[in-house]
Amino acid sequence: MAKRIDVSGLSAYYGSHKAIDDISMTVEPRSVTAFIGPSGCGKSTFLRTLNRMHEVTPGGRVEGKVMLDDENLYGSGVDPVAVRRTVGMVFQRPNPFPTMSIFDNVAAGLRLNGSFKKSELKDVVEKSLKGANLWNEVKDRLNKPGSGLSGGQQQRLCIARAIAVEPQVLLMDEPCSALDPISTLAIEDLIGELKERFTIVIVTHNMQQAARVSDRTAFFNLAAVGQPGKLIEIDETERIFSNPSVQATEDYISGRFG
Amino acid sequence: MNTASSITDTPPPPRNDEHSAVSGKAVRPGDRIFLGLSRGSGIALLVIMAAIAVFLTYRSVLAISGDKANFLTTLDWNATGLDPKFGIAVLAFGTVVSSVIAMVIAVPVAVGIALFISHYAPRKLSSPLGYIIDLLAAVPSIIYGLWGALFLVPHLSGFYSWLNDYLGWTGIFSYSQGAARSLFTVGILLAIMILPIVTSVSREVFLQVPKMHEEAALALGATRWEVIWMSVLPFGRSGVISASMLGLGRALGETMAVATVLSPSFLINTSLLDPGGGTFAQNIASKFSEADEFGQDALIASGLVLFVITLLVNGAARLIIARRKEYSGAAA
Repeated sequence: MAKRIDVSGLSAYYGSHKAIDDISMTVEPRSVTAFIGPSGCGKSTFLRTLNRMHEVTPGGRVEGKVMLDDENLYGSGVDPVAVRRTVGMVFQRPNPFPTMSIFDNVAAGLRLNGSFKKSELKDVVEKSLKGANLWNEVKDRLNKPGSGLSGGQQQRLCIARAIAVEPQVLLMDEPCSALDPISTLAIEDLIGELKERFTIVIVTHNMQQAARVSDRTAFFNLAAVGQPGKLIEIDETERIFSNPSVQATEDYISGRFG
Repeated sequence: MNTASSITDTPPPPRNDEHSAVSGKAVRPGDRIFLGLSRGSGIALLVIMAAIAVFLTYRSVLAISGDKANFLTTLDWNATGLDPKFGIAVLAFGTVVSSVIAMVIAVPVAVGIALFISHYAPRKLSSPLGYIIDLLAAVPSIIYGLWGALFLVPHLSGFYSWLNDYLGWTGIFSYSQGAARSLFTVGILLAIMILPIVTSVSREVFLQVPKMHEEAALALGATRWEVIWMSVLPFGRSGVISASMLGLGRALGETMAVATVLSPSFLINTSLLDPGGGTFAQNIASKFSEADEFGQDALIASGLVLFVITLLVNGAARLIIARRKEYSGAAA
């Protein structure tokens, strides 16, 4: 179910601009890895290289290797569409398909992957919505549009949609930054449950959140505006927040930077 | 006043009246002028609409009450003499059929072109392509008419014979040799004429699809086509309908091109390929200059019917859009 990610020597570009430089790290399966760092340090860009979403941006390209267990995602015969079916993603702003019902939103990924019997679909949708702690709130209105839900519910709907296809890895790009504290708490609880089944990588600006939900934390930084972002260090979350090995990390975490 | 000055730390400008900073005239002259202008424009629009409606209705009533035959079902147009007999059946049939043919051909092609420009073509290609499409919209309709009559008509005969060989048994596609000055030819020509407007409005709508909706589909492992199917088309649906209605409006009212291509006659052909038939606008254009006052009234009455048909079509389109409003992308 969950796989290990092994990144080596990865750089990403927007046209001629290098956004991240030579990043290597390992993401453990069935754990939560948090990416923290100042705006523009490339953590979101790096996240998007992990399911080949970076190259969707015009001019976006990547050098280096991302191994998912023993398969290189940037290998020559690899189909990016297939990669994205294996590595799911949840975005900063909840983005359920506005023209689809709640049911169809969750079923969307399954329908892409092939034909399912109606009863099978129903089971998977129910299981995914339960997995996203949303089932009790929406079970009576599965045919209503997903855009009618609250922001937090929409984000959990997006998580349900992402886990419905049983990905190996779940990437989350600041999944709570558009949500109120109560919805944020619900998502954080959910992340704790989901890590039993998936490898989770989460980008967050909220350091308390990183400390709360993650097992390991990676700190990214950039030397100056216009310079590529770099991985400063990655370690057990507890160590990063108590006794990081790099001074820059400690400065950032304790609010002394610049 | 206090807040403002404490923030900027500059003294408030001296005022030469005894008003405090917040009191004063509720309406400034600029506001009043703009209010008058915009309200005046709104009222002018209503007055013009009402004037047109009253004029059309008045002259139409004169015509219809003088008609010695059924205005809706008569297959003839004889609006002179003591025994005028005229009806709009042929015109309504011709107008609706040629416009429907135009829509069936133009809308899928236009959506295809719009998708190609917005989502497939490299940027270097997409802007010149868009420019050419817009240029097509600027060609005057008489030019389309000439091209239709001199190029399209002779070249379609062969295609119509082929259609007749394979689909002639349906009756709709039967074709006896002769100039292809038929409703179907008109439909094809109208399709070409409405293609630019439908394309450019659809393209604008497709370009406005929020990135996050497309990324939602991409991240689930959708191919480019599946992204279009899941995100772009649903979001653009109401826009495409509106674009089609704009095109349909042009097709229903097109005059010169139809008058140049069609060989008119007052009968309803079961075959769309054989020459004959007529449309409201074409009939008005070809008869108006020679009509006496009653004849003009009769033509105006037919124009009123065209107006009503256009209104009904637009109303239907609005209903379609409104029915799924809660699912529209705008609500998100």
